Amino acid sequence: MLKITDLHARIDDTEILKGVDLEIGAGQVHAIMGPNGSGKSTLAQVIAGRERFEVTQGTVTYEGGNILELAPEERAIKGIFLGFQYPVEIPGVTNKYFLKSALNAQRTARGETELDAMEFLTLLRARAELMDMDPKFLDRSVNQGFSGGEKKKNEILQMAMLEPKLAILDETDSGLDIDALKVVAGGVNTLRSPDRAILVVTHYQRLLDYIVPDCVHVLCDGQIAKSGDKKLALELEEKGYGWIEKEMTGA
Amino acid sequence: MSEDTKSLEAIANREYAEGFVTDIEMEVVPKGLSEDVVRLISSKKNEPEWLLDWRLKAYRHWLTMEEPAWPNVQYPAIDYQDISYYAAPKSKDDAPKSLDEVDPELLATYEKLGIPLAERAALAGVAVDAVFDSVSVATTYKDKLNELGIIFCPFSEAVREHPDLVKKYVGSVVPYTDNFFATLNSAVFSDGSFVYIPKGVRCPMELSTYFRINAADTGQFERTLIVADEGSYVSYLEGCTAPKRDNNQLHAAVVELVALGDAQIKYSTVQNWYPGDAEGKGGIFNFVTKRGICRGARSKISWTQVETGSAITWKYPSCILKGDDSTGEFYSVAVASNWQQADTGTKMIHIGKNTSSTIISKGISAMQGQNTYRGLVRIAPSAKGARNYSQCDSLLMGDKCGAHTFPYIEATDTGSTVEHEATTSKISEDQLFYARQRGLSEEDAINMIVNGFCKQVFRELPMEFAVEAQKLLAVSLEGAVG
Repeated sequence: MLKITDLHARIDDTEILKGVDLEIGAGQVHAIMGPNGSGKSTLAQVIAGRERFEVTQGTVTYEGGNILELAPEERAIKGIFLGFQYPVEIPGVTNKYFLKSALNAQRTARGETELDAMEFLTLLRARAELMDMDPKFLDRSVNQGFSGGEKKKNEILQMAMLEPKLAILDETDSGLDIDALKVVAGGVNTLRSPDRAILVVTHYQRLLDYIVPDCVHVLCDGQIAKSGDKKLALELEEKGYGWIEKEMTGA
Repeated sequence: MSEDTKSLEAIANREYAEGFVTDIEMEVVPKGLSEDVVRLISSKKNEPEWLLDWRLKAYRHWLTMEEPAWPNVQYPAIDYQDISYYAAPKSKDDAPKSLDEVDPELLATYEKLGIPLAERAALAGVAVDAVFDSVSVATTYKDKLNELGIIFCPFSEAVREHPDLVKKYVGSVVPYTDNFFATLNSAVFSDGSFVYIPKGVRCPMELSTYFRINAADTGQFERTLIVADEGSYVSYLEGCTAPKRDNNQLHAAVVELVALGDAQIKYSTVQNWYPGDAEGKGGIFNFVTKRGICRGARSKISWTQVETGSAITWKYPSCILKGDDSTGEFYSVAVASNWQQADTGTKMIHIGKNTSSTIISKGISAMQGQNTYRGLVRIAPSAKGARNYSQCDSLLMGDKCGAHTFPYIEATDTGSTVEHEATTSKISEDQLFYARQRGLSEEDAINMIVNGFCKQVFRELPMEFAVEAQKLLAVSLEGAVG
């Protein structure tokens, strides 16, 4: 579903991604781990089309087509979703209105009919309940005055509404207590299906107890240094990242 | 004009959707201003002697005044002798008796503006007093309002039919000596609207006027007077558009509001005068004096304005809070894009005890636009326990525009509370990426963020006006983010 080959990207004059190779098939869940500053968030944002980063080399193909030339909204319409590490506040725009506009913009672009107010609300309430979210959050401005945990839940709610084919979750677990973590993981797991792929970017293996990955990759200094199964995450938890970095420089 | 030419014109004028010119015969007084012109205007309208005298006093006073130089706007000198001070559509008979008699082309103009008098008025429950250049051409819903004793008519008709009311209140809030532009208006005002709501009556519909400047080189000088008698309520809507022309046009209106005890007046404006083109050529000079007085106890005046047009905007809808426990409100969205300059704000003059005022100002600057908020909160020694809350937010789009805030606070009473908050922000790249990642186009994302920024003001507008305001905002800011 997603194939990344020799991807290089930089911001200003600093090269952050230095040749990333990654392939995720439909129905799979992959986790990307790695130390701070290794390029995890950059990779997530480059896939979603953030223009701040300049891709200097390599390809990103999604469902067989190159997406590097597409605008962020075109990628979203093709089913790519990014759960933000730091969800953005939009004062004066209610969560409900934001989601309805986004969902209907995607549906229209795909040639589907728009949901009317009733259909939308019914769906939204059901999904919010699933996320254990107080309905009052739906009428508040997008992410404004939300706690860290509420913001992350809101990201997963948006994902559940937009039903993407490829969901990238950028440190969705950071700042969550264990209850919220379970809710968020539950939300992600309900989305798991044979025709969807999920890429989880995380610091800690804790989240992976709840969202069990098919593959774990370690990103070090802009490259995938090691790949393995769930056991790799446990090993990292135990030994830290130092040994992989050594392995890399020693190789 | 052939159909082809028309459609070509339509395409050429697309940036300013309301920029068409109605091709009907106009009766225009030659350019220039003199006592004779003032007399001519007065006689064309068969005005009584007292009004002519009032006009002449204003004119003579105006000759002693100088154009104000303090606003934070730049514009070429206005040649007041190069303007025609009166334009009226020519009709066979003097005035149309009903909508059927109104020039169809004139009605078509309103159609294009989205205010088909006949249908929209009926459907939307809006009574429209349409000012086409200077003479009110049609007034709807008059009979229905008559039953309640509500007077809603062209100013000139009020002068004929209700001279006592007009004489009592005209100039009582904005005297003819008030300021350069208000004084000019007092001398040459052409028409406008008059509203009187009797004691205890709640006006059952929104009253609405559409102003529109049509003839080239004519100034538009309306005068609006709204009187809400004790315990009454009225909501008044004013919408403005002007066709697109290369030269600048002058608009110097006066609006006076009088709220007696326990009365409430809500005055909403959506102003979409032609702002000039992308090079800063043409556009309306909008120099307007709007002021209301809360005369009686517990009365309330609320101004809501959405200013998206005009090359230059100079206006400060104000409230004089004379009655004890009276309330003044000012909600404003002002847009300055391309080469537009806006110097706008409000004055809240607290005189009565326990008076309160709220100011919410949202300024949006884009391209080379310059937006200035200028506001005065004055608390007189008599205004024990007065309260004011002011919030001025500026949104910048791009790096060539500017936002300026000049709040003046004069508080002499120690028991009063005055709060002022101000913010300046930019539409952030983070916000845009977030919205686009969810599937919204860049343009929709910008509109959504801007509308969110303006929400506190938009929610004060009547529903159909709020929708129009959002659309106008989207049009004004098209292509503003680079």
